Amino acid sequence: MPLLPALLLLAVFLLGPIVWSIVGSLTNATLTGASATSPDWVGLANYERLLADPDFPLSLWLTVVFTVLSAVVGQNVLGFLVAFAMTRADRRVATIASGAVIGAWVLPEIVAAFVAYAFFSRDGTLNQLLAVIGLEGDNWLFTVPMLTIVLANVWRGTAFSMLVYRAALSEVPPELTEAAQIDGANGWQRLVRVTVPLLRGTIATNLMLVTLQTLSVFTLIYVMTAGGPGNASATLPVYAYQEAFRFGSIAFGTAIATVMLVIGAVFSIVYIRILNRAEADR
Amino acid sequence: MRRTLRTTTTALVVTGALIGVAGCSAAGEESDDQTLTVSYIRTDAFTALDTLFQTVKTEFEDANPGVTVELQPVSAPDEDYKTRLALSHRSAETAPDVFYQDTTTIRADAEAGYLLALDDYLAEWEDWGQFSEAARTAGLGTDGSTYAVSLGTDTRALWYSIPVLEAAGIPTPWEPETWQDVLDMAEAVQTSDPEAVPFMLYSGTGTGEGSNMQGFYQLLYGTELGGDALFDSESGKWVVGSEGFVDALEFVDTVYSEGYSLPADQALDPNVWQSVFGELFPEGRLGATIEGSYTPSFWVEGGSFEWPEYADQMGATAFPTKNGDGEGVSMSGGWTLAVGAASEIPDLAFEFLTMALSKENSLSYVTENSQIAVRADVAAEPSYLESNPFVGAVTELVEITNFRPATSDYNQISAAVQNATEAVMTGQSTPEEAAAAYDRDVESIVGADGIIER
Repeated sequence: MPLLPALLLLAVFLLGPIVWSIVGSLTNATLTGASATSPDWVGLANYERLLADPDFPLSLWLTVVFTVLSAVVGQNVLGFLVAFAMTRADRRVATIASGAVIGAWVLPEIVAAFVAYAFFSRDGTLNQLLAVIGLEGDNWLFTVPMLTIVLANVWRGTAFSMLVYRAALSEVPPELTEAAQIDGANGWQRLVRVTVPLLRGTIATNLMLVTLQTLSVFTLIYVMTAGGPGNASATLPVYAYQEAFRFGSIAFGTAIATVMLVIGAVFSIVYIRILNRAEADR
Repeated sequence: MRRTLRTTTTALVVTGALIGVAGCSAAGEESDDQTLTVSYIRTDAFTALDTLFQTVKTEFEDANPGVTVELQPVSAPDEDYKTRLALSHRSAETAPDVFYQDTTTIRADAEAGYLLALDDYLAEWEDWGQFSEAARTAGLGTDGSTYAVSLGTDTRALWYSIPVLEAAGIPTPWEPETWQDVLDMAEAVQTSDPEAVPFMLYSGTGTGEGSNMQGFYQLLYGTELGGDALFDSESGKWVVGSEGFVDALEFVDTVYSEGYSLPADQALDPNVWQSVFGELFPEGRLGATIEGSYTPSFWVEGGSFEWPEYADQMGATAFPTKNGDGEGVSMSGGWTLAVGAASEIPDLAFEFLTMALSKENSLSYVTENSQIAVRADVAAEPSYLESNPFVGAVTELVEITNFRPATSDYNQISAAVQNATEAVMTGQSTPEEAAAAYDRDVESIVGADGIIER
């Protein structure tokens, strides 16, 4: 019974939107026109259109590239390395370094997005720095849009993984690594054979969180490239936004959002499996 | 369990953003005093409407004690403004009473039930007779009722820099007769001044509807099918598979691949027009571009990019057709004022609209914003005719102008056209591929029954 209010809140704020999203994707709702106020049921037509749309596989691929490179590899690995380096660094160095990393993370997303835009744009900081050393820059947001948004997301999100790993690393009992050291394990071996296996649960949790955060990144990409040029950086959230609000087909945009929901759910199930196994191993 | 929920929440953020369309800034004051909300665009470069509404607000509040006019300017490009306006109409709490409405979205928004039919009000408004036939037609919905009243119209011309063209050995006044003449000019300017931009062609999604009006349509409507090149008026269907569409995209391809225009990355910047008006033309670094009849408004005293010399240094002529048939091509659009269907005070809203569109206020708005007047009494005013040296030239283009097919699908089609031009200008697709992709998009928007192969 004490759970009732919580369940009610969950139903309203979590289940509600999911159901709404699914229901909306089965209609022909638009932003304006006759089907704006009185949409009709169209069954799975939006999903059929999505599967037939040549932009969809591209968008799906860009989303996977963005998520894997910026979250799974970038934020996760870099975050771990920074956290690990800090355990061995001088305290003042560690404080300054973590301050710098966290700085990007505490910025509101829109501000971080403009900072990244100002850095990579044609007359931006990067090109000015390149000019100082005599190199000619390029319009990076236009020529390598995916690379710029991946780097921006790594820059912005690494702090989260770093904080998670710092907390976890501080809980690794020092006697285990010391014992390994006495047994003759070198630094690399101690990291791979002792520390990482102990952190398996944390790694799975962190991967899950950063993956899901990154799947839904919108503001950063929209401000930096708006999905362009053409659709060269239109990941699923941007694609959904364009369909819903630029083309006005709310229902089709909602269908894309529903597909994202499914992708997110699949990722979570995989990670939760890993997590359970990690906990069972303990 | 907590982690599972956390995941679901995250995944829902975007879903929620897409489906949670209710707005959030309604000022629903519960008192005797009535509030009239007015929604419109105000940006650094577009303040004429704000000036108009500030004036009308004072006038209106004096005439109607107890009524407060709440101006809700939106600082956004046209496309974002239209999206935001459509979203605000979805709840009576957020829907404005009076708003700035693009002519192309009138039919769609009327069908959606966002706009109030004004027929009964207009029948009693003596000034309605002053509005031109074209302006009255622009406000019609699909059902034949009038839903909006025109603020002014515009035409599109080919604006060129006299010093830049003359330096390239092109005599002025310049009157190109075919697309080839335009390309020849661009080549001559490129040769005489490699640093200059010979011919800026708006294209792609960055500049939104402007890319079509001041770019692609000027080309498309000058191909074989002429005024029916986009939408076949006889059958009421959208044209696909036409030669003209590919020809027009090929022109875009030539302009961008030969480097006549600004590079694609700069041309895709939504604010590129500001550098056209503010830097390129005044600094003598641009040969020509297609722009609206409102062009002088940026350069006149008090405009966003004051440049008194424009009167002597700029020329305007009709953009030619592909092979020189006819006198040229122009496109017209224009914005209107409309009343929200959800308004609780429609009488007051209409009164505000008539004040804003009165002879005096219309005159100062069309003059400040270099619009083409739609009220006969305003068009006859000497102060309008003398407001800038180009009023005559751009008003003449009304004779050859085209209007967009303002069906309820128009905005989606327009976005598909922008995608096609962007794919070509960036070199992602050939003109044939982009035209084929456009044909597919159109079919998915209007269905197989809504298209015609020409």
